[in-house]
Amino acid sequence: MPDTTPTPAVLQISAWRRLKDHTATAFAIATVVIVLTPLVAIFGYLVYKGIGSINVAFLTQIPKPPGEVGGGMANAIAGSVLILAIASLLGVPLGIGAGIYLAEYGRNRFGDTIRFVSDVLNGVPSIVIGIVAYAIVVLRQKHFSALAGGVALAIMMVPTITRTTEEMLLLVPNALREAAYGLGVSRWRTTLSIVLRTATSGIITGVMLAFARVAGETAPLLFTAFGNQYWNWKLDQPTAALPLQIFTYAISPYDDWHRQAWAGALVLIILIVSAVAAVRFAVRRGTLGGVA
Amino acid sequence: MGVGINVENVNAWYGKSQALHDINLKIEANHATALIGPSGCGKSTFIRCLNRMHETTPDARVEGRVRIGDLDAYNGTSPTQLRRRIGMVFQKPNPFPTMSIYDNVAAGLKLNGYRDKKQLHDIVETSLKSSALWEEVKDSLHKKSGASLSGGQQQRLCIARALAVAPEVLLMDEPCSALDPISTGKIEELIFELKAQYTIVIVTHNMQQAARVAEYTGFFLLGRMIEYDKTEKIFTNPSDKRTEDYITGRFG
Repeated sequence: MPDTTPTPAVLQISAWRRLKDHTATAFAIATVVIVLTPLVAIFGYLVYKGIGSINVAFLTQIPKPPGEVGGGMANAIAGSVLILAIASLLGVPLGIGAGIYLAEYGRNRFGDTIRFVSDVLNGVPSIVIGIVAYAIVVLRQKHFSALAGGVALAIMMVPTITRTTEEMLLLVPNALREAAYGLGVSRWRTTLSIVLRTATSGIITGVMLAFARVAGETAPLLFTAFGNQYWNWKLDQPTAALPLQIFTYAISPYDDWHRQAWAGALVLIILIVSAVAAVRFAVRRGTLGGVA
Repeated sequence: MGVGINVENVNAWYGKSQALHDINLKIEANHATALIGPSGCGKSTFIRCLNRMHETTPDARVEGRVRIGDLDAYNGTSPTQLRRRIGMVFQKPNPFPTMSIYDNVAAGLKLNGYRDKKQLHDIVETSLKSSALWEEVKDSLHKKSGASLSGGQQQRLCIARALAVAPEVLLMDEPCSALDPISTGKIEELIFELKAQYTIVIVTHNMQQAARVAEYTGFFLLGRMIEYDKTEKIFTNPSDKRTEDYITGRFG
């Protein structure tokens, strides 16, 4: 039998409410479009300008002397990988360690001071950080180096990682800490195996944010890694990096270098996106394993 | 086997406010003891003093003497040592969300460095059987996360996790208050079986539950223990007027 009871008046949605609903939805969609447009536009334009210059030579050869057509950015790609590896090796453990301290032990004056300093550090212009790395590494070593570049970028990564790690650890319910204590598990073991593990995906997000931010930094590398026209794998030698190479080529007077700068920018974005995606994928596969 | 618990002059504070006043109590081995009383009366604080969980709260402090069998809890015993011999089940089920069912049960042993795989497997199976969860989860031990179970199953998983480290005492802090009647029934049956092997102390708001599962009952009010006796006596013929008022529902 069909339901013939009329809908009570209170449940009937008035035209006015429906209009408000549609307006709010339309507004939300519009903001999403506005936010995404520049992103898509930038990526589209990069592909449009850069894809034509990406070829085997670009990815495997080092730059040709000025004025000569051809050559590539292989040494800059390798240099960026090297510098970012140094930065991550230094910055990630430091940042996560500091975050653990703040979340688990830092409910005191010292903790508040670190929090404040870390927030200030986050706002320091990257060129200033470059100068710091110049003063503490380059001047001491007496020359520009991959290490100095890595140190500069690591300093920039630390505050972001520290604060996101802290936030993520504080989100872990206290009930889980108590559950572990109740089993006779010590505090440090609880922190490592329960708290940190539960917060892993959030912490990874923080690390990736910091990584993506410094991967494109040019200013702090200008007088630390310095750039190099040739291959370099030594930590204490000047090293090419993609952002530096893009900068040099973009302000050069040669058309071929301009094209290569576009290609370099595209490669840089692809590198960052694939690094982030690879880490996410690895972490997703690693969860729900055993007790570490 | 369970051991008896001896509590002498225990006082506890949260910062400056005193939550427990001079608690003296002897808890019998291999029996269930229920602690009842209105919210905020200190019964949860009290059982958290037994395994030194109270002091993990910032600014919290305990004074007095607690003996668990032959262990002096606050003198010459580390909290981790003590807690390995005392299992605890909390009000809200709290399985480790990143771990499978199997790893949840094995967690206490694995995190304390136990590595014998074969033995571990046997212990997990025995513990899940003791907590009456084995039949429901045996096919998905490694596949499902502890958090994917229903509330009642999660609580039984937490009981299995506590049993796996072979404690002598099992503390239960309102273990059924977040559960439906059927799950509550299962847990109560479980308590009945478990007390043959463990000393059980259970905090509950449900007086019928105290009457059903416990041989002894203590009544707490405003941080003091008003009366402690055989459950039957407390519920039929309490010696203190305040206990009578509470169990007959005149306040609380």
